[in-house]
Amino acid sequence: MSAGLQERLAALAAMTPSRVRLDAQARPLPMGHLLSFQEDHAAARDAIFTAPDWGALRTALDCPAPLLRSRARDRASYLRRPDLGRRLSHDSAVARTEPRLAVVIADGLSPPAVMANAARLMECLRAQCPESREAPVFLAEQARVALGDEIGEAAGAEMVLMLIGERPGLSVSDSLGAYLTWAPRIGTRDSARNCVSNIHAYGGLSHEAAAARIAWLIEQAFALGATGIALKDTSAAQPSVLGEAQS
Amino acid sequence: MARLSATARGERFTFRSLAHLLAAASPEKSGDQLAGIGAASALERVAARRVLMDLPLDTFLRETVVPCDGDAVTRLILESHDAGAFVPFASMTVGELRDWLLSPAADAQSLAAAAPGFTPEMIAAVCKLMRNQDLVRVARKAEVVTRFRNTLGRRGTLSTRLQPNHPADDPKGIAVAVLDGLFFGAGDAVIGINPASDNIGNCRDLLIALDDIRARFEIPTQTSVLTHVTNTLDLFEAGAPIDLVFQSIAGTNAANGGFGVTLEVLREAQEAALAADRGTLGRNVMYFETGQGAALSADAHHGVDQQTLEARAYGVARAYDPMIANTVVGFIGPEYLYDGKQIIRAGLEDHFCGKLLGLPMGVDVCYTNHVQADQDDMDTLATLLVEAGVTFLITVPGADDAMLGYQSLGFEDIGYLREVSGRGPAPEFAAWLEGAGLASGGRAALPDPARFLDSLGLVA
Repeated sequence: MSAGLQERLAALAAMTPSRVRLDAQARPLPMGHLLSFQEDHAAARDAIFTAPDWGALRTALDCPAPLLRSRARDRASYLRRPDLGRRLSHDSAVARTEPRLAVVIADGLSPPAVMANAARLMECLRAQCPESREAPVFLAEQARVALGDEIGEAAGAEMVLMLIGERPGLSVSDSLGAYLTWAPRIGTRDSARNCVSNIHAYGGLSHEAAAARIAWLIEQAFALGATGIALKDTSAAQPSVLGEAQS
Repeated sequence: MARLSATARGERFTFRSLAHLLAAASPEKSGDQLAGIGAASALERVAARRVLMDLPLDTFLRETVVPCDGDAVTRLILESHDAGAFVPFASMTVGELRDWLLSPAADAQSLAAAAPGFTPEMIAAVCKLMRNQDLVRVARKAEVVTRFRNTLGRRGTLSTRLQPNHPADDPKGIAVAVLDGLFFGAGDAVIGINPASDNIGNCRDLLIALDDIRARFEIPTQTSVLTHVTNTLDLFEAGAPIDLVFQSIAGTNAANGGFGVTLEVLREAQEAALAADRGTLGRNVMYFETGQGAALSADAHHGVDQQTLEARAYGVARAYDPMIANTVVGFIGPEYLYDGKQIIRAGLEDHFCGKLLGLPMGVDVCYTNHVQADQDDMDTLATLLVEAGVTFLITVPGADDAMLGYQSLGFEDIGYLREVSGRGPAPEFAAWLEGAGLASGGRAALPDPARFLDSLGLVA
């Protein structure tokens, strides 16, 4: 194949993030491509099964942060039974302090996402959002997004902010999602939340930008007394309104 | 109802309903366990199969698993049942149907004649009595042929959907992915995009871009943008070039409600596509996707196991003479199909049930990162499905869908499957590949790729 054609094909491949090879000879997958794919899949798999280091996170957060557990006793049960990941274990005790805002930091499907992003995101958020400085912080293990509803309800919080590890993709395995829910109650529908997703260091939303969006949403939600489809985002940047929870 | 009970190893098992029996007889699936309806023990599963074996087939015409009242899918199944086609099976039990299907009496002709006489529940029931090899052995005897701009489903063919998704719906990025697939001879079942945005103007742009590529190179295939059927109706109004109307469907009225569709709106869309009259060889204009677990995830399963409900979705699909239908078997997550073993079993079940009910059945051989599966499992399933005569498989660049965030088959996987099976694309598409100098069956080389790039108008 001519050098000119090689260059043209390489330029075309740059037009899509898809794994195109543009191989006019239609040959089997080259070994290097095969191992790159396996490496990406391995990173995603390992991310799901990495245990969170809650002690290190608590130190980084620099605030008391009690650890709560869902009813899913281990990773296998967490993956099979999303219903168990949405409910607090029977021995969990949540102090009822009736805060305006409660924050839950949860492992979700990517504990490394929490370790990499949660403390720094909270630092940025506290700088911009007064409610977040007063908010009690809870850590939650084997948790789905909706576990925040039960925690928020038990704490008597007006609103709950859930920071949770998103399902790892092949390209990014430690991306964090933020879910904001007004008047959290067990059984709250996903359409009643606002979501800011893709918070990570590899071309995703930066901690500063994510904190700004979350702070804006918190302020609007207090003014409106609602989150979800009722809270239309009119900020310059557009966090998506959630249709279906990712984790 | 006759008493549904049997003994296994001296233990007596009794099943309270047809739905309970079917669920207990099903191979282990995490979704049925999540719903709390799977067999409580391995012995109970075998006992359920003993009961099912002796159950008269016509039980399913007298008793419903989802009540007629309020469920349009059940009504459709019963009203469209062809009593004449059922006559040869009217006195059989489910076990006897299994024996007949494995016998030489079941061939392409007799299976096609029987399809309208089988209800989805009958086929779901017999499926539970069959091992994986039985599902392969019987499905490969069935032949379902459909036509739009080419002919799919002929014996000896293996077709593909070329899925050139792009996270920002960029038409150039999509064209590059289409080219990547054409190099491997993919795209004869459909060139179909899942749009990142369902915005109508965006979907219209994508339809025009796909139709432009198809028309410019006179590719004998069909295109589709997989947006909601009500959006497609709006797009017809806007004069967009629509070949196949897409919709996700499920096996209960309530689950279809969760998808925002009714049987009436599907009929309306089919009529609009027929009126557009864009097919040159035939009038199969619909494209359906389904998947075990869809009804449970919509909290609309009525205590019925996910494989039976999946077969009922095919009962819906066949009422609209689709060009293609496929299960997205590994997409839905580990809470429904936990690992490679469950995905492989479900893929074979779905293909078998679809084919026996008369559907041009394809499979998205796929998995997500939180499922206990990898590319080796996909190789196993794809190889088995090709042996089973699957109508088409979904293919994406490098086996990684960068928009939907899951892994399917790559274009080079089709090269492998065509090489080991000797199957080729749809005849019209194969002739076109030959004429264009493109990879015929994923093996030959393109003589002058630079000229092809020029004519595609792809300037980097």
